Amino acid sequence: MSATASAIAGQDALAQHILAQSTQGTIDVPAIQYSALSPIIIVFGVALAGVLIDAFAPAKARRGIQPLLAAAGFAAAFVAVVLLHTRRQVLAAGSLAIDGPTLFMEGAILAFALLAVLLVAERRLDSSGGAIVASAAITPGSPGATAQRSSAGVQTEVYPLMAFSVAGMLLFVSSNTLLIMFVALEILSLPLYLLAGLARRRRLLSQEAAMKYFLLGSFSSAFFIYGLAFIYGYAGSVNLGRIADAAGMVGANDTYLYLGMALLGVGLFFKIGAAPFHSWTPDVYQGAPTPITAFMAAGTKVAAFGALLRVFYVSFGGLRWDWRPMVWIIAILTMVVGAVLALTQRDIKRMLAYSAVAHAGFLLTGLAAANSDGLSGSLFYLVAYGFTTIAAFGLVTMVRTGDGEASDLSQWQGLGRRSPVLAGIFAFLLLALAGIPLTSGFTGKFAVFQAAVAGDATPLVVVALITSAIAAFFYVRVIVLMFFQEPGADGPIIVTRPTLTYAAVGIGAIMTLLLGVAPQPLLELAGTAATSGFVR
Amino acid sequence: MNSFPWLTLLLVLPAAAAVVVAAVPRRLGTLAKQITLAVTLVEFVLALLATIAYEPSRAGFQFAQKYSWIKQFGVSYSVGADGISLVLILLATLLVPVVVLASWDEVSDAGQPGASVAGRRSVPAFFALLLALEAGMIGVFAATDVFLFYVFFEAMLIPMYFLIGSYGLAKEQAQRSYAAVKFLLYSLFGGLLMLAAVIGLYVVSADQLGTGTFDFATLRQMDITPGVQKLLFLGFFIAFAIKAPLFPFHTWLPDAGAQSPTGGAILLVGVLDKVGTFGLIRYCIPLFPDASSYFAPMVLALAVIGIFYGALLAIGQRDMKRLVAYTSLAHFGFIAMGTFALTSQAGTGAVLYMVNHGLSTGLLFLVVGFLVARRGSRDVGAYGGMAQVTPVLAGVFLVAGLSSLALPGLNSFVSEFLVLVGTFTQYRALAIVATCGMVLAAIYILYLYQRTMTGPLVDEDARGVLDLSVREKIVVAPVVALIVALGVYPKPLIDIIRPTVTATFEDAGHTDPAPTAPVNASQPGGHS
Repeated sequence: MSATASAIAGQDALAQHILAQSTQGTIDVPAIQYSALSPIIIVFGVALAGVLIDAFAPAKARRGIQPLLAAAGFAAAFVAVVLLHTRRQVLAAGSLAIDGPTLFMEGAILAFALLAVLLVAERRLDSSGGAIVASAAITPGSPGATAQRSSAGVQTEVYPLMAFSVAGMLLFVSSNTLLIMFVALEILSLPLYLLAGLARRRRLLSQEAAMKYFLLGSFSSAFFIYGLAFIYGYAGSVNLGRIADAAGMVGANDTYLYLGMALLGVGLFFKIGAAPFHSWTPDVYQGAPTPITAFMAAGTKVAAFGALLRVFYVSFGGLRWDWRPMVWIIAILTMVVGAVLALTQRDIKRMLAYSAVAHAGFLLTGLAAANSDGLSGSLFYLVAYGFTTIAAFGLVTMVRTGDGEASDLSQWQGLGRRSPVLAGIFAFLLLALAGIPLTSGFTGKFAVFQAAVAGDATPLVVVALITSAIAAFFYVRVIVLMFFQEPGADGPIIVTRPTLTYAAVGIGAIMTLLLGVAPQPLLELAGTAATSGFVR
Repeated sequence: MNSFPWLTLLLVLPAAAAVVVAAVPRRLGTLAKQITLAVTLVEFVLALLATIAYEPSRAGFQFAQKYSWIKQFGVSYSVGADGISLVLILLATLLVPVVVLASWDEVSDAGQPGASVAGRRSVPAFFALLLALEAGMIGVFAATDVFLFYVFFEAMLIPMYFLIGSYGLAKEQAQRSYAAVKFLLYSLFGGLLMLAAVIGLYVVSADQLGTGTFDFATLRQMDITPGVQKLLFLGFFIAFAIKAPLFPFHTWLPDAGAQSPTGGAILLVGVLDKVGTFGLIRYCIPLFPDASSYFAPMVLALAVIGIFYGALLAIGQRDMKRLVAYTSLAHFGFIAMGTFALTSQAGTGAVLYMVNHGLSTGLLFLVVGFLVARRGSRDVGAYGGMAQVTPVLAGVFLVAGLSSLALPGLNSFVSEFLVLVGTFTQYRALAIVATCGMVLAAIYILYLYQRTMTGPLVDEDARGVLDLSVREKIVVAPVVALIVALGVYPKPLIDIIRPTVTATFEDAGHTDPAPTAPVNASQPGGHS
């Protein structure tokens, strides 16, 4: 609450500042503090360097250099975020904001990107090396596609694509104008559309996923920019702070404002996978190469939530009584749709996708709380969920049949007998997703639900808890399959020693445990980030 | 002695041992058993020593420890024992070594018809789960922070879930999974309702005190508006009613009880379900005194329905384990009635009942488990005349049964009597009706005994069945001894329980009706 009060005070100060500037009649050359942008610049640099390396380095060298470069770049950017952790400023002529929530989410995105690189770089799982193919456009079923499936051809452009996407995500969470936000949205989305189509196995599904993601994604981008236009028409500015100023004044045509807000909302809700804009999620999560799915599930969710939180807290913070009912409805829909549809899934990746939808709903209760605790709770939840979901998808890549991943649930039967440790870790991750205490999932849920109750959203929390109970059923069902049933004759093959995947899954699982048992440091970090609030 | 961290030690020891035992390689099953037995025996000794160090006359929590855990939520690791939790910890630590010994062969011998699938399952994992369960049970009774209580309440489900799902009877895989999932989902659903109430409590405390807290002692001092109290009460109550279970939240219990391995069933019904009744008296009544009075008639009605419903269904069961599970439903009715009669006498009786029920039902499950291990069937019809071939087993069965039907001179009689007398001072008609339930108890127990143990031998194959082995005698001996001892001389336990129960009710503003209550009748209390 105090954060909003100070934000309002800051808003007045900014308005006076703008007024003072415009009377001077001179044009200021924007001063850009490059140091504050260093994480974004590093990742963009890595992406560009990656493109050059792909063009000029010999094939053998690329395989080694590219993942290392990407990982080093993400790590360096992460270090830069840590070094910047006290920065709070608006820069580049008000188009970018570096503040607590931004830095927190940048750190989260980079950490998830690092783990995802580990999964992508794994070459021991598929006999022909890696889960990614070189050419996404070859018609499935054609001789070329068959050759491609078993070819060990080098496909390293996946790393610069990921880097571009990560750079877009970083920009997305730090953009302080809707226009930059839109540009960032496209930068993060375009590489993802491509990446979704690069799965080595089940090419048709993968291509369908890419196509579907692209079409629906463009559609949602159109909604976003349409909303942007309305808002610009209303406020005369795309700057988030100025929009808030304009929204605070009386007399303007509110229809444009509400229309714009709704359309912007559609674009952002699409990205987080909230119902009724979620229909791409299961198809894309299923069709995309699993390491990329892991990356999307964790990274994109953080980025999209970051932007959503910023737009709704900064620009429309004064209108919370107008948007809260809408967020309530979407949150309830999202939770119910995610939990109920997950019950009927037979494919593990689709199930996790619907679970991602349900979790987006739980996260929205943090937004519906519309207070500082809700913000810090959401931040914590995003990190907690990201680690768990990356580990879960990483584990999915390890459970295979002769023909790629054993994605059908029936093939997971009796996994607990064949490899108890792996099944045990997966059971633990599922329990975390279900929100059992002593896992990060519980801490996260508790944080957002507690904020929501404090923010007078108790009915929403009750719905959330009931859907949690429904959701628990399909998580538990997988545990039943793995542990209480005999393995089938054509049970899964567990590939031994995929070191990088082990590392990614291990880190994810350990973080899931740590954030459940000793969550104070991260809660404190999230709390500090949230109470210092958004700058504008 | 009171500064010694008894409870933390009791909690950490089995948790650490669980990790160690889980790491024991599968082929060293015996080693895992030995470690587990040693640790659980040490636990029992520790609990006994703690009981000796406990001072019943002192008010408040003893052996209390408090360390900040998640300070953003106002959560602390805070444990403490009062009379109620102490006797339940004692019960838990007593039953676990009994269960370990009882499961000694059940989990290693796949050849016998009644052996569990555990023969092909990892033996160390079974015992690691038992130890984890013990840690959870200690934690849930010792916690004096509502959040910590909730954490243990939920976390405890997971080992029990795997015990039912992985180690039940071999040939009934589908039913095992069904029972395990049903158990988990029922409990999770209740738990989530409780979570809503826990969060609500936290927000109320944040409103009233400035900073939110989960500290039980602080929370019980708060004055919550009656409307809010009712909602929060229901959140807690439904969770506990599912856990206990009370009618109509009980349908998971017969399945879970029947499908568990013997050891799992004993701990499930003997101790885990006590968490529900414990929660009623520890959390519902002190935290929501007005709501407790408001809802007391409803709870009492459910309790009496449970007494009859459980007894009638028990009479009709052919599956012995289900039968025992249904008898527990009737017993939980008595416990809930004693708790919500809101007199110190009935409350003391209810807490004593929790301990006694753990012993008598534990023994019943043990005996039934022995029978099933010998003949491979839970069906009553497969037995008959067993007393001829297994006289010792039959004798133990009779003791367990008589304890269950509250024969004077055995432990349950004292508690049932206290509950009924204590209820009578408040609700005469109800107590009279409930007393009739005792007749039904005699029917289901004696009928079961008659059908399985007396008469001619039904099946000539049963002629070769062995009587109790030395190990099995060692398993039942302490329980039988306690059943008799507590029936003759229950004073030590009552002395521990009564001050806490009296204080709990008085703090909540429930005083005993003056003329008939022997305890603290002359003391003025805050009338609600």
